[in-house]
Amino acid sequence: MLSPESLRRIDREIAKYPAEHKQSAVMAALIVAQDEKGWLATETMDFVAQYLGMAPVAVYEVASFYNMYNLEPAGQYKLTVCTCLPCGLQGSLDAADHLKARLGVDFGETTADGRFTLKEGECMGACAMAPVVLVNNKKMHDYMSNAKLDALLDELRKR
Amino acid sequence: MSELNLEIDGRAVAVPPGATVMDAAVKLGIYVPHFCYHRKLSIAANCRMCLVEVERAPKPLPACATPATDGMKVRTNSAGAKSAQQGVMEFLLINHPLDCPICDQGGECQLQDLAVGYGKSASRFEEDKRVVPAKDIGPLVAAEEMSRCIQCTRCVRFGQEIAGVMELGMIHRGEHAEIVAFVGRTVDSELSGNMIDLCPVGALTSKPFRFAARTWELARRKSISPHCGLGSNLVVQVKQNRVKRVLPLENEAVNECWLSDKDRYSYEALESGERLTRPMLKDHGQWREVDWPQALERVAAELTKAAGSVGILATPHSTLEELYLAGRLAQALGGSADFRLRQSDFSGDAKRGGIPWLGMPVANLDGLDRVLVVGSFLRKDHPLLAQRLRQAAKRGCRVNVLHSVDDDWLMPIANRKIVPPSELLEALRGVNGTPIGESLRSGRNVAVLLGNFAQQHPQAAQLQAAAQALGYPIGFLGEAANSVGGYLAGLPVGGNAASALGHKALVLLNAEPELDCADPQTAGQALERAQFVVALGAFRPARDGADVLLPIAPFAETAGTFVSTEGRIQSFHPAVRPAGDARPAWKVLRVLGNLAGVAGFDYETLEQVREACLRGKDLAALLSNRIDLAASPAAPAPQGLQRIAEVPIHFADALVRRAPSLQKTRDAQPPRAWMNARLMQQLGVSAGQPVLIRQGSGEARLAAALDDRLPEGCVRVPAAHASTAGLGAMFGTLGVQAVAVGKAA
Amino acid sequence: MLDYGPDAILMAGLDGANWRLADYEKRGGYEALRKLLADQVPPERVIAEVKKSALRGRGGAGFPTGLKWSFMPRQFPGAKYMVCNSDEGEPGTCKDRDLLRYNPHSVIEGMIIAGYATGSTAGYNYIHGEIWALYEQFEEAIEEARRAGYLGRDILGSAFSFEVYAHPGFGAYICGEETGLLESIEGKKGQPRFKPPFPASFGLYGKPTTVNNTETFAAVPWIMRHGGDAFLNLGRPNNGGTKLFSVTGHVARPGNYEVRLGTPFARLLEMAGGTRAGKRLKAVIPGGSSMPVLPADVMLATDMDYDSIAKAGSMLGSGAVIVMDETTCMVRALERLSYFYFEESCGQCTPCREGTGWLYRVVHRIETGRGRAEDLALLDNVSDNIAGRTICALGDAAALPVKSFLKHFRHEFEHHIEHRSCLVSGPDSEPKWGRAGAHLPPAMARAA
Ligand SMILES: Cc1cc2nc3c(=O)[nH]c(=O)nc-3n(C[C@H](O)[C@H](O)[C@H](O)COP(=O)(O)O)c2cc1C
Ligand code: SF4
Ligand code: FES
Repeated sequence: MLSPESLRRIDREIAKYPAEHKQSAVMAALIVAQDEKGWLATETMDFVAQYLGMAPVAVYEVASFYNMYNLEPAGQYKLTVCTCLPCGLQGSLDAADHLKARLGVDFGETTADGRFTLKEGECMGACAMAPVVLVNNKKMHDYMSNAKLDALLDELRKR
Repeated sequence: MSELNLEIDGRAVAVPPGATVMDAAVKLGIYVPHFCYHRKLSIAANCRMCLVEVERAPKPLPACATPATDGMKVRTNSAGAKSAQQGVMEFLLINHPLDCPICDQGGECQLQDLAVGYGKSASRFEEDKRVVPAKDIGPLVAAEEMSRCIQCTRCVRFGQEIAGVMELGMIHRGEHAEIVAFVGRTVDSELSGNMIDLCPVGALTSKPFRFAARTWELARRKSISPHCGLGSNLVVQVKQNRVKRVLPLENEAVNECWLSDKDRYSYEALESGERLTRPMLKDHGQWREVDWPQALERVAAELTKAAGSVGILATPHSTLEELYLAGRLAQALGGSADFRLRQSDFSGDAKRGGIPWLGMPVANLDGLDRVLVVGSFLRKDHPLLAQRLRQAAKRGCRVNVLHSVDDDWLMPIANRKIVPPSELLEALRGVNGTPIGESLRSGRNVAVLLGNFAQQHPQAAQLQAAAQALGYPIGFLGEAANSVGGYLAGLPVGGNAASALGHKALVLLNAEPELDCADPQTAGQALERAQFVVALGAFRPARDGADVLLPIAPFAETAGTFVSTEGRIQSFHPAVRPAGDARPAWKVLRVLGNLAGVAGFDYETLEQVREACLRGKDLAALLSNRIDLAASPAAPAPQGLQRIAEVPIHFADALVRRAPSLQKTRDAQPPRAWMNARLMQQLGVSAGQPVLIRQGSGEARLAAALDDRLPEGCVRVPAAHASTAGLGAMFGTLGVQAVAVGKAA
Repeated sequence: MLDYGPDAILMAGLDGANWRLADYEKRGGYEALRKLLADQVPPERVIAEVKKSALRGRGGAGFPTGLKWSFMPRQFPGAKYMVCNSDEGEPGTCKDRDLLRYNPHSVIEGMIIAGYATGSTAGYNYIHGEIWALYEQFEEAIEEARRAGYLGRDILGSAFSFEVYAHPGFGAYICGEETGLLESIEGKKGQPRFKPPFPASFGLYGKPTTVNNTETFAAVPWIMRHGGDAFLNLGRPNNGGTKLFSVTGHVARPGNYEVRLGTPFARLLEMAGGTRAGKRLKAVIPGGSSMPVLPADVMLATDMDYDSIAKAGSMLGSGAVIVMDETTCMVRALERLSYFYFEESCGQCTPCREGTGWLYRVVHRIETGRGRAEDLALLDNVSDNIAGRTICALGDAAALPVKSFLKHFRHEFEHHIEHRSCLVSGPDSEPKWGRAGAHLPPAMARAA
């Protein structure tokens, strides 16, 4: 269900916790699974549940509680822009507008070519460096002027 | 440690350390409004309805979670407390539909009740209300109206803590939080219906009962469950002479506040289309309805004719009074009567010290610190006894298992030994040198419990002796509502369940032999061989083996007494009148006795029968699990594949077999032939593929299924099901053969 | 060189690339730990030193750190845990990010010393998922420390053993609340626990546990090296040391600045380059979005330490200073804040689950010109019904901004209601705020 490489990574996480608390690794395991699969399908959550000896619905609870898990397929690149008050004061709404215009989608939508999903985010702990854009949950880009946004999109399109 | 003294609403109370403010209030009889708190569940403190004022605390505190402290002064209805409670009530209502008149919970809704006391008449919330999609979580529990959910998580905690399996969860967060089962799953726990009782609002309701009646239209009658040996206390709710719903009657010593789904939903069978409502006679192979006198005269005549050879087979779900009269009848007419239809070893009958029973009060199960359960499908055979052991396990009791299957009991198992049925006895005898023995030795409050499988085992008496030899208190997990009552009624009489089959005339009381007997094949042959067969039952039998059918009143339609596995004598009244011309079986038996000229059968009332049965008997003194039996050498290993037969939970008796909603559950799925991977490979079959099972002269076609925890050389083929009714004994060997796909017969 | 200001001690000598062990050691890193272990300093002495320093928790509540450590049961068989809270997600706060990025070993050393002082067996650093690169970097730093013998069995030949692991967050503000964080490490939803019991008696896996903020841990090595008194003297009585402030919003140079506690706000504002050109300061939230907002004049007369800000009517919180100039519509600002708490409520307890959405909707209504005269009283009352009645402080965090915005900027709300237009930007202005909530998640299907 998951690749041996993914399982190896999950095992590494499991080892961080006392043996009887494998469940502690569920967040990391879901991250690993999402990295491999792009999103968390029912079968994927079920597999993780089995792997960690958890009730599937308990895994579902976790996957739906933390908002960086994709419970539905997303675009190849999920761009999340923080629009919280401090970021907003520093121009992140303009940055979001710029992205919307460039991509032709609104928050919560995916471009027709399936490449980009644009999301509105809550505080990412990088307020002073606003505007911040998170790419696929893991790569944070800060001080995003319109020029830097354009460069980012170009680079992602090229990949 | 000494008690804590505190004051609630000006009244002094003392509670032990560790008690909460809620505990103290309960002790004083002071009601603190609450939703999430439930005395049997862990404390979540999430509804915030129980906020009270505590002197010197800067903010209101939840009574359910706040530890009582010495000298504490609490106000549950001061202005501050009231305002906090009203604030919470307002929050609960802003997103809750206010259409109580069309809610199934209307009239028995905690939210509705409390809203009257703590709510305001007009809502200040003018935005749109939250809409939460309905869910299909199975045939028993309706989750149609999830917008009504107040997120108290009682249902979730019930699964985690009581049922032992988390089938519901609360996904998403904040206002979007909703109760769901895992995508596409149903709630399959055998205790699932309790979530309905726990749900304080109309979010989780009973699917079969939904909109069948309003709560205030229902008359409430107490009753006792006719199913497993626990004797759960019931409230049977009735409208216009129809049973609409069954709820638990709280009895801390028996079922606490719980019911198994079987106890809760079997009432549906009362309205089954298979009900037998008129006496019927077979004339020249043709059934015809007759009136009672005609039927009874015919039966009495036949029984008199067969005098000296009358066999009576009653299920242990029959009442004490029925069993007593059955025994007397057999005695008077000459013959035998027994209720232990699924047992096959009666060699202990003369060697027993008394009536086999649980060996302790049910409530003491919670306090065991070591237990060995031998030969039991515990969870499915005794759902609430399993629950008790689950709670014990949570408190540190080490549960050990010796059995032929390794089903998940949803509790931590300290040690397990899984052996073929033929090796069960040897394994039990050898327990002391094993980790199980070590575990038992380290306990202070230890018991060895023998389950249905052990009681049905061909070496049941030796198993009892071997259990006894371990030196710990032993107990029997009684199979049915009257497994103790049957003995108390004086059965067996003149033989046993096996020998009774040999008689010329056979009387079946509640029994469907192909499903209720240890060996359907022998039972079937006996029926064919018999000169006369009369069946007293509530349903038309699936198999046509009788000459006369007498409709008798089942559970809820009749009065009687069950003696539970802990020796609790519980009598009950009918909740509704019998369907059609059905009559209480004790009356039928009495009339038969009269017609057959049996002396002393002139009981006017059920109480007289009961009195006659119990007169001069001291049950406590009669209960004993002692057995005086020399150990016999172990039986030689059988040649061939061994059958492991369980009685699936929703097929155990005539009533549940006909309860439609129970029959839709996962537990009621058709039996399969389970085997381990090695055997599958040997036989060249794969999971899902049909196999032909042969046993004796019979066969059954089942789908093969993988259970890798089964011991070598064994096939698990359930009994008590139409699809396996053609097979032979529950214990024995059988042949399995792959069926070429496409060559379906 | 990264410039956090002349007072910097935690962030001194950092150039953005010198985060590794060797660099840290060159700056005197792990000396404190070495000395403790070599001298076999009794754990109580460590705690006493931290108490003396008047180090107060940098995560928000400002609880005295030494005192918190002393709650850990000393004679306790089995595991005890030290947990670092790097879940930084309080709007306006971005200091832990810099700490982890430029000086991760100071956090690790702080955790080890805390573990030593409390007899803990292992530590977990809960790092929010949005800074994944730093999560990975932190694991690298742990590995460096382990290889150098600062972690593991019998550290540096002493009898003290301790492990540190990183645990990832993945998008839930509530996991910053310490018991929500513990639940999350246990592999569950991050729903805060009812207290008591407190983590010191029933924490991670039910074992005694202390949770401290990243910056709190980072200050510990300095304190042990220079003494509690030295740290105390950097600040004010009861407010020891320096503090990282994240200055955001309408300032010329948003960023993190490390100043002595007690530094006047005006000085901090100046370090951040002052308000944007030509604009007047209007309001400041001095401690992260959960804290009450204060008007400019109050702020300009206040010093940046726990007690001074409390006296001024707010709280120092996590040290996130959100600066708003005259162009800010306070209704829109509150709307966005309220949306945040609505979005981030864990949903377990009633007042927060139901109340945060209610607050947001009413503010949203006012902002979009659909307010009613009675709405301000309603907001006030609903806030009161949330605050102090929830399992954790998120309820307060949602209520306090509402109450303070109404208290100090009531006229702007009244204007919105009366004139259906914005006092700041006029009737036809493009909204700078308030689009939040236009994209409610799918589960938010609402009845028509
Ligand atoms: C809603 C909420 C969010 C919080 N978020 C954080 C956080 O992101 N980082 C943090 O260190 N503390 C946060 N806290 C405070 C923690 O609960 C806890 O008090 C703190 O981590 C203790 O560390 P300290 O004593 O070193 O400050 C939060 C509290 C609440 C109620
Ligand atoms: S469904 Fe009922 S029991 Fe479950 S959380 Fe909702 S209100 Fe509580
Ligand atoms: S009953 Fe106490 S918070 Fe729900």
